[in-house]
Amino acid sequence: MTEIIFFINQVVISGLVLGCIYALGAIGITLIFGILRFAHFAHSELMTGGAFIAFLLAAAFASWGIVTPIPTGFVVLPLAMVLTAILSLGIDKGFYAPLRKRGAKPVTLLIASIGVTLMVQGLIRLFFGTGTYSFFDTEPKEIFRIDTAFLGSTRPLVITEPQVLMILVTLVSVVALHFFLTRSRLGKAMRAMADNADLAQVSGINTALVVRVTWVIAGALACMAGTMLALDVTLKPDLAFNIILPIFAAAIVGGLGQAYGAIAGGLLIGFAETLAVFNWTMLFRPLNAILPDWLQLPPTLALVPTEYKLTVAFVILVVTLLVRPTGIFKGASS
Amino acid sequence: MIRRSLTLFAGLFVLILVIGWVLGMPFTSSRLVEAAAYALIAMGLNIQWGYGGLFNFGIMGFLMVGGAAVTFISYPANPEFWHSDGPMMLGRALLAFAVGAAIVIAVRRADRIGITGRWKGVLTVLAWFVAYVLYRSQIDPAAAYIESTSGWVGGLGGHPVLGWLFGGVLAAGIAYVIGKICLGLRTDYLAIATIGISEIVRALIKNMDWLTRGTLTVSPIPWPTPLPQDLQAGGMGMDQALLLSRGGFLLLAIVVLAIVMWLINRAYGGPWGRMMRAIRDNHVAAASMGKNVTARQLEIFVFGSVLMGIGGAMLVSFVQIFDPSSYQPINHTFLIWVMIIVGGAGNNWGALFGAVLIWLIWVISEPLARAIFETVSLWSTQIGWGAIPDIDVRSAQMRVFVLGLVITIALRFAPKGLIPEVVRREG
Repeated sequence: MTEIIFFINQVVISGLVLGCIYALGAIGITLIFGILRFAHFAHSELMTGGAFIAFLLAAAFASWGIVTPIPTGFVVLPLAMVLTAILSLGIDKGFYAPLRKRGAKPVTLLIASIGVTLMVQGLIRLFFGTGTYSFFDTEPKEIFRIDTAFLGSTRPLVITEPQVLMILVTLVSVVALHFFLTRSRLGKAMRAMADNADLAQVSGINTALVVRVTWVIAGALACMAGTMLALDVTLKPDLAFNIILPIFAAAIVGGLGQAYGAIAGGLLIGFAETLAVFNWTMLFRPLNAILPDWLQLPPTLALVPTEYKLTVAFVILVVTLLVRPTGIFKGASS
Repeated sequence: MIRRSLTLFAGLFVLILVIGWVLGMPFTSSRLVEAAAYALIAMGLNIQWGYGGLFNFGIMGFLMVGGAAVTFISYPANPEFWHSDGPMMLGRALLAFAVGAAIVIAVRRADRIGITGRWKGVLTVLAWFVAYVLYRSQIDPAAAYIESTSGWVGGLGGHPVLGWLFGGVLAAGIAYVIGKICLGLRTDYLAIATIGISEIVRALIKNMDWLTRGTLTVSPIPWPTPLPQDLQAGGMGMDQALLLSRGGFLLLAIVVLAIVMWLINRAYGGPWGRMMRAIRDNHVAAASMGKNVTARQLEIFVFGSVLMGIGGAMLVSFVQIFDPSSYQPINHTFLIWVMIIVGGAGNNWGALFGAVLIWLIWVISEPLARAIFETVSLWSTQIGWGAIPDIDVRSAQMRVFVLGLVITIALRFAPKGLIPEVVRREG
C-alpha cells in the first residue's frame, strides 16, 4: 500500500497540478489561434507578467497587514486577472492590431509575438532582476499530510494547500468557460468566429468585440496559470518562458482552436511528463519477492532519465504533428 | 536601391568606428569576428526563409551541433578513452542502434506481408519501444563506464577548419532528418516543431556527458589561426599580438563568408534560385509546373542548415569554449531572426547588414544601458531618491528588451527590411 500512496504523491498529484497549469495556458493559446489564427508566443510573458502582478498585490496586502485564511496569492488572483486582461488588451492594441489592419500574414504576427515576448521579459527582468521570489515569505505554506495508516501504508498522502486550491480553481474556471462558450451569446459568437471568421462577420457578429473578449479570457487564464505555477514552485522571470513549448504541445495535441482539446492535451502532457520520469521500481518493488532472482527489478526503472523531463513534451508534440497534425480533437484546419 | 544600401553600409562602418573608439579595439575586434560568424548563420536562415519561405525556428539546435562537431574534431585526443573498453562499448551501442533502426524500418514495410491498419499501428509503437529499450540497454552502461573511467571521449586533434566542415556535414545530416519529418507541416506548426526539436537536441547535447562533457564544458578549443599567446611567444607586444591574431581569424571568417556569399548570390540569380522563389511565392503553381516541392524544400533546408552548422562551429572555435548550457533560444534563434527581419529577407546584402547591425546593437546595449543607469542613478542620488540597485544585472538584461523593441519597430515600419529583396521582372 505504501507504494501506491507513493505513486499517488509522485505521479497523480504532481501530474494533475502540472496538467492544470498546462491546460489553463493552452486554453488561451488555442482560443487566440482559433480567433486570430496565429501562434501567440508571448503567452508565456502574459503568464509571468500575471504572476508578478499577483505577487506585487500580495506583497501590498501583506504590507497593509491583511491576513487571509487562504494563501494571499489566491485572494488577489481575481484582481490580478483583471489587470492582466487589461495588459493583454493593451498589447494587442499596441502591437498586433496595427499588423492585422495592414493585413499581415499569420507568420508576421508570430514574429511580432516573439518581439513582445522579448520586450516583456526584458522589462520584467529590468524591474525584478533574475532572482527568485516566493509568495510564502510572509505566510506559511500549509502542507496536508493525510495519514493513510488505516490502509496499511507507512507513508502519508502529501498535498499542499495551494495544490488543493489550484485544482479546485482550475475545475471551476473550466466549467465556467464551458458554460460561457455553450450558453452565452458572446461565447457562441466566439465559436462561430473560430469556425469561419468571414461568415461570422457577415451574419452580424461584432468581430472586434469577439477579439477583445478573446484577449480578456486568454489574459485572465494566463494570469491564473502563472500565479498558480508561482505558488506551487517559485516565481522567477523565466517562469513561463521555459514551459511555453509544453503548453504549445498541449494546445496542438488537443487540436489548435479546440478549448476542450487544450484541457485534455494539458492533462495528457502533464501526466506524460511525470509518468515518463517516474521510477517504476518504486511501485513494483513488492513484486521482487515473487519474481525469480534473474528477473529482479533494477534500482531505477524510469522510461527516461529525469533530466529529459521537458523533452517528453516535445517528443509527444513532434509525434502528434506527424501522425495526426490536427490533434486528438480535430483542430482548426490549415 | 544601390544608393540606399551604400548609405546604410557606410553608416554601419561609422558605427563600427565609433564603437572601436569608445569601447576599445580588443572589444571591437572580437565582436567583429563574432559578427562575421553570425552573418554566415544569417545567410543560412536567409536561404531557408528568404529564398525558400521555410520557417525554421530551430537555429539553436544547428548551432549546437556545429559547436559539438568542431569540439569533437579539433580538441586534442583523449588517449585514456581510446585505450579503455569505451570504443568497444560504443561500438556495441551503435550496433544496437542499427538493429533498432532496422526493426523500425522493417515494421514500416509490414503492409507488404499483409499487416495493415490498426495492427500496423500497434506493431509500429511496439517496434519503437523495442528499439528504444535495446539502444538504452547498450548506451547506458557505455555512458556510465566512459564517464567513470576516462571522463569523455575527447577529440580527434584535427584541424579546426576540418571541424567547421564537419559541423556543416553533421548539421546537414540532422537537417535532412528534421526536414524529412517536419517539412510537410504548414508554417506555424513548422516553427513549433523545429523549436521542439532544437530543444531536444539541446537536452541531448547537454546531458550526453560522455560525448560532449555536458555542463562541465570543453576548453580550450584550438584556433585555426595563430593564437595571441603564440604570437606573444614569438616576441610580439601584447596589444599587437591580440590585434594581429584576431585580425587573422577575422580574415579567415571573411574569406569563408565571401565564398559563401558569392556562391549563394549566383544560386539566387540562376534557375535554381528562380525555382525556389517560385515555390516560396506559390507552391501550388510551382507544383503544377512539375517542380517537386517537397524535395526542393528539403534541399534548401539542408543547404541553409549547413551554413548554420559552419557558423556555429566558427563561433565555438573563436570563443574557445563549448558550453551547452550557454545556448538559449533568445540568443541563438530569435536573435538570428531579428537579423533577417531587420536586414531584409531574400537579400544577402540585407542579411549581412542585418547580422552585423543587430549583433552590434546586441553587444553595445549592455554598456549603453549601464551608462544610462549610472547617470540616472547619480541624478537620483543627488535629489535624494537613492541609487538604482544592481545596475550590472539590470543592464545585462536590457539587451533582451532592446531586441524585442527593434523587431516590433521593424515589423511595424519596415516589414520588408532595411535592404529589401529586389524583385527583377524581365519583359
